[in-house]
Amino acid sequence: MRQVYLDYSATTPVKKEVMEEMLPYFSEKFGNPSSLYGIGLNAKSDLNQARARVAKLIGAEEREIYFTSCGTEADNWAVIGTARAKKAKGNHIITSKIEHHALLHSCEFLEKEGFEVTYLDVDSKGLISLVDLENAITDKTILISIMFANNEIGTIQPIKEIGEIAKKHGIWFHTDAVQALYNVPIHVKELGIDMMSMSAHKIYGPKGVGALYIKKGVVIPSFMNGGAQENKRRAGTENMPGIIGLGKAAELAEANMGDHIKHVSELRDYFAEQILSKIPEVEINGSMEHRLPGNINFIFNYIEGESLLLLMDAKGIFASTGSACSSASLTPSHVLKALKLPYEKIHSSIRFTTGDDTSREDIDYAVEEIVKIVEKLRAISPIYKQSTKG
Amino acid sequence: MVISMAMYNDKVMEHFMHPHNAGDLENPDAVGNHGSPVCGDMMQIAIKVKDNVITDAKFKTFGCGSAIASSSVATDMIIGKTLDEALSYTNQTFIDELGGLPGPKVHCSVLAESAVKNAIWDYAQKHGLELEGLKGYDPTKEFEHEEEEECEV
Repeated sequence: MRQVYLDYSATTPVKKEVMEEMLPYFSEKFGNPSSLYGIGLNAKSDLNQARARVAKLIGAEEREIYFTSCGTEADNWAVIGTARAKKAKGNHIITSKIEHHALLHSCEFLEKEGFEVTYLDVDSKGLISLVDLENAITDKTILISIMFANNEIGTIQPIKEIGEIAKKHGIWFHTDAVQALYNVPIHVKELGIDMMSMSAHKIYGPKGVGALYIKKGVVIPSFMNGGAQENKRRAGTENMPGIIGLGKAAELAEANMGDHIKHVSELRDYFAEQILSKIPEVEINGSMEHRLPGNINFIFNYIEGESLLLLMDAKGIFASTGSACSSASLTPSHVLKALKLPYEKIHSSIRFTTGDDTSREDIDYAVEEIVKIVEKLRAISPIYKQSTKG
Repeated sequence: MVISMAMYNDKVMEHFMHPHNAGDLENPDAVGNHGSPVCGDMMQIAIKVKDNVITDAKFKTFGCGSAIASSSVATDMIIGKTLDEALSYTNQTFIDELGGLPGPKVHCSVLAESAVKNAIWDYAQKHGLELEGLKGYDPTKEFEHEEEEECEV
């Protein structure tokens, strides 16, 4: 049976070139970059080459890139690190309601310590208001952290404008760019970003490695206690295969970004057009204008997301849902809630993301099967009847 | 098989993929609803009754895999049973019949129990029947069940 993976926002497969470059670092190139002999020094040099590749992808300097274990660590470090570094200045953080849990739960952690957090609303398309942002700033504000692009609805925030506001008020600006990297051209200097979280496995690199860009002059304490790795900012022996993989993935991302964006957005648009024309009463969550190129989030009215996912899974089609029923916590998506979407529509929402390996044939197959599945589930939905006849 | 939702056993998956008694029942004698789309699941069970025996039942469900599977076994089990027998079934009866449900999904079987009860209540109301299993039952009140979690709105 055909398998159609349409969940590239969840994770991506490691590219062949990336894996090939990683492999020697498990065996013959096993040296510790902190060692002062041949294989150690070589490892150090390769580590810094990976750093340079990541830096180049985002317009940063090599020494501004700090490798972490994942995007979540980068988010935790930026937020909690800023809180520690700026405690004397203030205790107020501004973020949004649609951030990743890595960010939201870091903020909640700080709230328990007495920090105050403003969670900005978003409009029905998922965008924050710059006026709200500026109004939320107080003389105690130490950090603005707004995600570059949202993982569920793909909304891209006005990062440059946020950077300008942050700079005007002398507040550090952190952004979680885990979803945006490779999908949006990013130049941290032009965008006024002080810290930025990244993850390898969203850009066709391996899991278990991420990075935090920290602008020169921004100083936050180390999150890990230990050795002098990462310029004494992030202790722990470097995950060499992972970091090499992230470096290679970043290099490929820089070289292929234009083609990638074109490919995934064309297929996404084709997919959306097909679904909307073949299935009645489908809606789209989030802005189409300010949106990640591969992301689409549909509301299949009158059916529940998990049952749709299960039936798609049985046909080899993989996507994800904001419905409560599918989550371990049984709580519906906080992102869709922030859009003020009625609950029944949250339960009917499914996210698809196209990627580098998606083909037009994949989309045709997925559309054909989804049309049948939606029909089947609507036929047994008690609210479909009520809505159409009542 | 690509079915990777290991959270459900084979029997639950079979009832979900190929549900029994799904759809509309023509000229039902009574209908019971439970749940709300706002909470993510809603079940409707329609029954035909002759001489206090359920002769046919059909369901319509908006909900996850276990809600649909629970509807399928619940309707299977009540067909051919007396109203009193059907009223004696609890959500655990349906869970046992399914060979178990994952903890967070127990709620879905409760939905089936309530929908069955509400359908029989509807029939009893229409026919002035007094059934032992419905004593003091008021379907307009929130169904109380220790295992049912509240729908967070």
